[in-house]
Amino acid sequence: MQAVDVKGLLERHRHDPTRLVQMLREVQAAEGWISPTRITELAGALGLPRARVEGVAGFYAFFATTPVGAYRVLFSDNITDRMLGSVALRERLCAKLGVGPGEVRADARVSVAVTSCTGLCDQGPALLVNGHAIGRLTDARIDLIARCIEAQAPVEAWPPELFRIDDVIHRKDLILSSSLRPGEALRAAFARGADATLEELLRSGLRGRGGAGFTTGEKWRAAKLAPGPTRFVVCNADEGEPGTFKDRVLLSRYLDLVLDGMTVCGFAIGAQKGFIYLRGEYLFLQAPIEAALAARRKAHLLGRDVLGHRGFDFEVELHLGAGSYVCGEESALIESLEGKRGIPRSRPPYPVTHGYLGQPTVVNNVETLVAAALVTVNGGAWFAKHGTAKSPGTRVHSVSGDCARPGVYEFPMGLTVQELLDACGAKNAQAVQVSGPSGTLLGPAEFRRKLAFEDVATAGAFTIFGETRDLLDVSVNFAHFFAHESCGFCTPCRVGTTLLKKSIDAIAAERGTRRDVKVALRLAVLMRDTSHCALGHTACAHFLALHEKFKPTIDRRLSSLEFLPTFDLDEALAPAREVTGRDDGQAHLEDT
Amino acid sequence: MSKTFTMDEREIPFVEGQTVMQAALADGVYVPHLCAHPEFKPHGSCRVCTVKVNGRHAASCTLAAREGLVVENQTAELRELRRELVQLLFVEGNHFCPSCEKSGDCKLQALGYELEVKTLHFTQLFPDRPVDASHPDLMLDFNRCILCELCVRASAEVDGRHVFALSGRGIDKHLIVNSESGRLADTSIAATDTAVSVCPVGVILKKGRGFRVPIGQRTYDAAPISAMPEGKKP
Repeated sequence: MQAVDVKGLLERHRHDPTRLVQMLREVQAAEGWISPTRITELAGALGLPRARVEGVAGFYAFFATTPVGAYRVLFSDNITDRMLGSVALRERLCAKLGVGPGEVRADARVSVAVTSCTGLCDQGPALLVNGHAIGRLTDARIDLIARCIEAQAPVEAWPPELFRIDDVIHRKDLILSSSLRPGEALRAAFARGADATLEELLRSGLRGRGGAGFTTGEKWRAAKLAPGPTRFVVCNADEGEPGTFKDRVLLSRYLDLVLDGMTVCGFAIGAQKGFIYLRGEYLFLQAPIEAALAARRKAHLLGRDVLGHRGFDFEVELHLGAGSYVCGEESALIESLEGKRGIPRSRPPYPVTHGYLGQPTVVNNVETLVAAALVTVNGGAWFAKHGTAKSPGTRVHSVSGDCARPGVYEFPMGLTVQELLDACGAKNAQAVQVSGPSGTLLGPAEFRRKLAFEDVATAGAFTIFGETRDLLDVSVNFAHFFAHESCGFCTPCRVGTTLLKKSIDAIAAERGTRRDVKVALRLAVLMRDTSHCALGHTACAHFLALHEKFKPTIDRRLSSLEFLPTFDLDEALAPAREVTGRDDGQAHLEDT
Repeated sequence: MSKTFTMDEREIPFVEGQTVMQAALADGVYVPHLCAHPEFKPHGSCRVCTVKVNGRHAASCTLAAREGLVVENQTAELRELRRELVQLLFVEGNHFCPSCEKSGDCKLQALGYELEVKTLHFTQLFPDRPVDASHPDLMLDFNRCILCELCVRASAEVDGRHVFALSGRGIDKHLIVNSESGRLADTSIAATDTAVSVCPVGVILKKGRGFRVPIGQRTYDAAPISAMPEGKKP
């Protein structure tokens, strides 16, 4: 660990408080944690209240405000990692290193804990070591990692093979088979003009690929028409929904299409500035993206008078997240971009009128921007010919779980669940989780349903559970995920996600009763009806679906009793026995 | 002719810029709430003011009043949702009303009575939250914090001191103070600050005046919270 040069850091970030999360990332990377002294220094230099900086440092999962190991190992804890044996691998690493789960070893060299899905579900199990992703974990690779840590080798010097990330593409369609050259979409936009570019996008019927399905052209038009001295384009590359990783592949292989889409959007709505908000788990994409931005500046695809188009200036800045699922929600993402805690804003007003720094802002998913670039070149009618009437175009699916060929599949919208199962070689699927933990659990009776906005809407995750899986384990995993990722802003989600986790844990441990089920179902209603944002609205959906479609999975673990104490009554008397020096029959409860 | 919306079959007049809750309270209709306060910009975190508007649930404190809205307020369904939200706040912290200096003046307790909270219903979380008694004039009992952020807002917007903020997230979200030591004594707070008096529960307490007003003669001993004029509430 190397002490960070605070003065240099502040200068590099122009003393700009909106870059606070980026600064804290650098402190974390250099020093392994964010000490109270550093918080005081940064707050003083930025003119922010100290407590506000502490609050930001305390919000993001990747920031440690108490010391962690010099090697901080975080195992990806998605259900797919678990299905591939991550729990045993974690135990193996802990045993090798002599450290307990969630603890810091006495010599402070290493700590081992878990983190939410790292987006390597097609090549898991995975982990992060000091933020660097390692996939395809096996016993041998775990042993190698343990040896590297004991040898105190800097992570940069570990065998590069450990850090290889594959772009596994099994089927290409409109997007993935594109051979557009960098800037081609921009030239097409300049030739059409800003208004006609927007018209073409409206004609395409393209709907946002982040899941909500808002018409992209309408979003751009609203931002263009909204009053404000300046406008912004944000690429949402936060891809935090467990089970999705297709944006990782798009950013890795089709980055210029993403940047073309952003720049076209800037041209169409009159923005001069764009941001890529990249999830912190994809640290390995930081250098390639920075390099691509530099290359585009050199090729006049960014900067003043883009491609010589007089009066159109456009710049793109890269921001990294720091471990927060809720930052995938567009208004929380904007808060994070502004250097704050990632709390979803009250809406309305929406980002299209009051977004980044209060200005009109378009926030689009990575895949949406790529599709927009293609529409700009090939026209709206071309795009609308594919997919269904209500869901034009194609969809890039992230397929993982029990199948022969996990990876990325692009198909026209409207594909049935069964067709995708067949394509990836999934036999005997018991269920599929579409669109991640916040999405929909489908059983075989529903495999004829279509993956499209008008039927089963999806943000791209497709997680398959074979017939031998116990689906309650899935619900346990999802409940822990939501409790970990709730931002804590509103009462129902903050407390409800934790209570739901406790109820489902009790059921899984065969200490649950019918009352636990009733409480969980009631919490589901409360959270759906009163939460502040979509995280809370959907955080119970997995348990509701399990209860509705796979009830025996829950019932077979229930205690027959209506009520079971959450603690052992006799055990609770132990301190009293110790104090009074008694251990006779009358110092124990009768029935034990 | 002023603009109106309907709440439980009553016409509520409003002026442009008012929220549904502001208009209702101004017209003498009570909507339960905890984190909303007439002097501060609403932010909608406690959700106790949830109403149903044209069939959809919404927090009335952040919802702009609009002509023709049909709002449900005092229905059995909403009462149940609100009661459960208050129960969640109770199980989240450590609330022992009989020994609390704020008993009788506490909005959470008053809402408990208002919404007929007779049991906690949910599993208590019993968090470990040490108190901060470092300041000579004030003490902080975090066990009772409901994270309404009123002190955060008051200290920033009225007192200009930024003494309070929130850190952590999810169930670990917690109130912090503006000092490297984490102690209230090392902040610039004064006992006369609005941030002190605005606390709706028993977190921020002035020392040396415990139980000066006897239990039984306190704010909500006289009348339920729903009958108290907004300005008089602590």
